Amino acid sequence: MARTPLTFTLNDAETGVFVVPGSNLLDVLRRGAGDLTPKQGCAQGTCGSCTVLIDGVPHLSCLTLAETVEGRRIDTTGGLAGGPDLHPLQQAVMEGFAAQCGFCTAGMLMAAKALLDRTPNPTRDEVIEAISGNLCRCTGYEPIVDAILTASARMQGRTA
Amino acid sequence: MTLAVETYPTLREAAQALGDRARYLGGGTLLMRAVNYGDQSFDRIVRSREVDRTVRSEGQGIRIGAGATMADVLASRDLIALHSVARIVGGPAVRNMATVGGNLFAASPYGDFATALLALDATVQMADGQNLPMESFLSGRARMRGIVASVTVPRVGEGEFRFAKVSRIKPKGVSMMSLAAVLPGVGSGRLGDVRIAFGTMGPTPLRAKAAEQALRGRGLTDAEIEPALKVCCDGLQPADDELATEWYRREVAPVHLKRLLLGGRR
Repeated sequence: MARTPLTFTLNDAETGVFVVPGSNLLDVLRRGAGDLTPKQGCAQGTCGSCTVLIDGVPHLSCLTLAETVEGRRIDTTGGLAGGPDLHPLQQAVMEGFAAQCGFCTAGMLMAAKALLDRTPNPTRDEVIEAISGNLCRCTGYEPIVDAILTASARMQGRTA
Repeated sequence: MTLAVETYPTLREAAQALGDRARYLGGGTLLMRAVNYGDQSFDRIVRSREVDRTVRSEGQGIRIGAGATMADVLASRDLIALHSVARIVGGPAVRNMATVGGNLFAASPYGDFATALLALDATVQMADGQNLPMESFLSGRARMRGIVASVTVPRVGEGEFRFAKVSRIKPKGVSMMSLAAVLPGVGSGRLGDVRIAFGTMGPTPLRAKAAEQALRGRGLTDAEIEPALKVCCDGLQPADDELATEWYRREVAPVHLKRLLLGGRR
């Protein structure tokens, strides 16, 4: 099958892959680029576990035609930590028991990162709205919301 | 499934490339789901590099490029009347992707934005230059082979446009039913040419013409809207599906219409 060359920036790294026409971005990130952090939950836009940032804006990678990201910037949870140092969001999620099975976590983190990049001091309601497209069947959401608010406070040099 | 992806520089060229086994890619939220689930009814995805996401005032209306996303609608001051509609589409990531043009083709239970545009009597501009009122666009949708370039929405007075989405799962479920109404003269106590549209009450959004007729010249009081509520399902074709039965939809449609018309007074 003819494959199409595709180049994009994945978490600061210039990335080139060959894609099968009609592939979704999630498959390309996982199988093509080897970034296993975004997850496939529903493959139909309901669960949010495949959420990545395209040019800083949350998108569902399972519903994104791979060809449309040519030359664009993709951020995934794989790029959050700086070496051994976890991103404040990751740290807060870990400390606050905001991940149980962990399947939704990568999508939650990207939705939360997009929120904090735009709104460094969100209200609780803004946090709830920002993750409203991400399903979690373990935690009941409260620990996740708390963790995002904790991370926001720490990134602003406040205590939550 | 072997798929081909074809990218054209302009909408017009993309429109010419469409055929029976081709689908046009808007925001991808419906088309890529079909791809992911192995839909065999098409084998070509047609794209255009010409994506119009602009929103601008134009004469008596506001023109929305077909490539504008729900998030673009929410970011536009000109479209404040439609914010209540764009806000209930999907979650934030879906709103960053789903386009106004794509919503016009969304089959039930999707297409809440198209329901609002039907009530607002919007005009659809096709890539080939043809202009269609929303109602004719929707009735010919199943047989249509073309691409939408933009939609022009007439301006409405403050408080004259109302929208409600009814879903079984709060707050983010799909529509069991959606309702949109344009109520000219609502402030004066005597309604003018009312337009009411129902979503998910037929294969496409549909107008409740008998109810519109029954409201003309009346005011929004319990007694005055009663005749309209009685006939509000005339001409609608609600389906039995996993969200609700046809019987249930017909039973509750007048209740939801009453709530929409009377606002907070239930």
